[in-house]
Amino acid sequence: MKVVFEKRRSRARGVLFAVPALSFMISLLLTGIVLLIADADPVETFASMASGAFGSSNGFSETLVKTIPLALTGLAVALAFKLRFWNIGAEGQLVLGGIAASWVALFFGPSLPAPLVLPLCIVAGLVAGALWAGIPGLLKTRLSVDETLVTLMLNYVAILFAEYLYYGPWRDPKGYGFPGSAPFIEAAWLPRIFGRAHAGIWFIPVIALLLWILLRRTRWGFELSIIGASPRAARYQGIAVQRNILLAVLLSGAISGLAGACEVTGISHRLQQGLNLGYGFTAIIIAWMSQLNPLAIPFVALLMGGILVGGDQVQMMMGLPSAMGTVMQGLILFPMLAGSLFTEYRIRILGGKSKQSKEACTEGEA
Amino acid sequence: MKKLILGILVFAVAFSLAAPLAAQAKKPLKIAFVYIGPPGDMGWTYEHDRGRLAAVQHFGSKIETKYIENVPEGPDAERVIRQYAAAGFDMIFTTSFGYMDPTFAVAKDFPKVIFEHCSGYKTAPNMATYFGRIEEARYLTGIIAGRMTKTNKIGYAAAFPIPEVVRGINGFTLGVKSVNPKAEVRVIWTYTWYDPVKEREAAVALLDAGADIIAQHQDTTEPQKAAQERGKFSIGYDSDMGKFVGDSVLASAVWEWSTYYIDTIQKALDGSWKTHEYWGGLKDNVVRLSSLSPKVPATIVAEVEAAKKKILGGWSIFTGPIKDQSGKVVYAAGQVIPDDKQLAMDWFVEGVAGKVQ
Repeated sequence: MKVVFEKRRSRARGVLFAVPALSFMISLLLTGIVLLIADADPVETFASMASGAFGSSNGFSETLVKTIPLALTGLAVALAFKLRFWNIGAEGQLVLGGIAASWVALFFGPSLPAPLVLPLCIVAGLVAGALWAGIPGLLKTRLSVDETLVTLMLNYVAILFAEYLYYGPWRDPKGYGFPGSAPFIEAAWLPRIFGRAHAGIWFIPVIALLLWILLRRTRWGFELSIIGASPRAARYQGIAVQRNILLAVLLSGAISGLAGACEVTGISHRLQQGLNLGYGFTAIIIAWMSQLNPLAIPFVALLMGGILVGGDQVQMMMGLPSAMGTVMQGLILFPMLAGSLFTEYRIRILGGKSKQSKEACTEGEA
Repeated sequence: MKKLILGILVFAVAFSLAAPLAAQAKKPLKIAFVYIGPPGDMGWTYEHDRGRLAAVQHFGSKIETKYIENVPEGPDAERVIRQYAAAGFDMIFTTSFGYMDPTFAVAKDFPKVIFEHCSGYKTAPNMATYFGRIEEARYLTGIIAGRMTKTNKIGYAAAFPIPEVVRGINGFTLGVKSVNPKAEVRVIWTYTWYDPVKEREAAVALLDAGADIIAQHQDTTEPQKAAQERGKFSIGYDSDMGKFVGDSVLASAVWEWSTYYIDTIQKALDGSWKTHEYWGGLKDNVVRLSSLSPKVPATIVAEVEAAKKKILGGWSIFTGPIKDQSGKVVYAAGQVIPDDKQLAMDWFVEGVAGKVQ
């Protein structure tokens, strides 16, 4: 007898919903066990988490604050992943977008006409993110340099560059020496909707929809999906593979850069520490859990934002150590990621050695 | 019968009026603490949490406290502070410099909640600041370090180049220089309050550069341990680090928050709380010198005691003549650096090797 993974020939709609739901239940069960070991009431803890993230207007606004960068970087990463361009650099692209927006706000803001400041900050963020992603994009398409390493390492370059700026030349002269740039003028602030949730949220539906149309309804999207499935086949069909990859990567970087621009103009109103909170990395999980579907990403990002905010709640109100919040976040994500495997594959227990099951076996391993 | 009904009515009315009042009086004051590290850091947050626990013991059921640890400074801190305020907490202590702007922003939106920020300079009608002149205790530890260094190089692992830290380095160095004009204090910036790995790396780099005593403005005991492993002495900070590390810690400059926390919480309970800028010193017992290691010879102990007496008698450690790093006298003999200049200190005294940047 042998247990194998077999690729599902078609994805039943029921499975698409049943698997995540079941995964979520397993997540709660696992977390509950850990909570019991830690001497905490699981039901009370989950209730506290949920109410902290979604139960009050203040909590919900904070969940949205997290959702904005998570959804944007999630969309950015998903686009690159579609092409099997493993962009692990959304974090760095976000930081560079933040730097560029800050640059405009700090050095051009005061002399520009007020209505122009914010749009220019946003554009600067888009361009900077695109350029930063363009480095691994060019290296990959021109010199076949592995993009995973380059994007990963460029994160640290971007983060250290930002640190250099707000510890060094950009440090607020009136800040008593504490790291952080001077605050932006108000013309560079993204308006807030409620609580701290800001207008950056409107970018999410717009970009999600645009990406969905682009990928599903345009010729370019069709070309991208062929490249993603098989670059060689795409080449035989006369698709400009390298150029298309580069374009998509630039777009992906631009969206991450936009997230960074939103963070500095919407939340911190200055360049300071706390810009790189790991959104660009969580984005990878979000993209994966959404199966790279742009329309699913905003909702998964909302869930993830809720888990992040609710996780702190557990500490603030239940008095559990901060590590417990992180453990819970991990325990919730892990089964859901594992579960996504089962929407693609199913487990098959093989009794005999029929020809058909052998085929299934090799297909599953491929 | 009428009388009875009337009696019952009066009783019922009285009871229904009094019950919520009684409940209100008994409702504990909800207090939250926001920490930069975990209480288990054995340093900065450990001491704040000790202060919190002292208040809990003092007030019993009159107060209810919660805390959150490992909150990064920056925009995320505002979320945490806001969540506590929105959840109905009456008083919120935020215990790191970088929480200043977030605390200030939330204080504006919750005028009925009392905010207390440690080590900053912004106040509001419902936001006070509190801090202590830890440099007075550092000065005393500086005397010990100055006497006991053999290489005349003392290492100092420091968090951020902000006035709080610069003041501490200057106070310490003035103590060193008062007994050993040849010694120098070498500073390395780690740009973190709490990061055991970076703190240790800084101490190791200083030891490699020839320092034989390590002092610190960091939240954990790692620099102290690094010195011990090399067979060198160290000067602790925040808590009595000798207790956790051993005799190689000659002395520590220690925070003692319990008195302040109990005092200000009492005022909040009375309703007599007003905004303030608390800045106590050795004489207020908000900062103190730990017990000294048995490795410190009696002659030095006597010297330290004498200096302590002077400070308790009202003498400021920032009394001139004080020279800056270029050797220029910036405060003449007898002149004391005024408080506002101390609070904004961004230059090193003579004897410090390093730059404020």
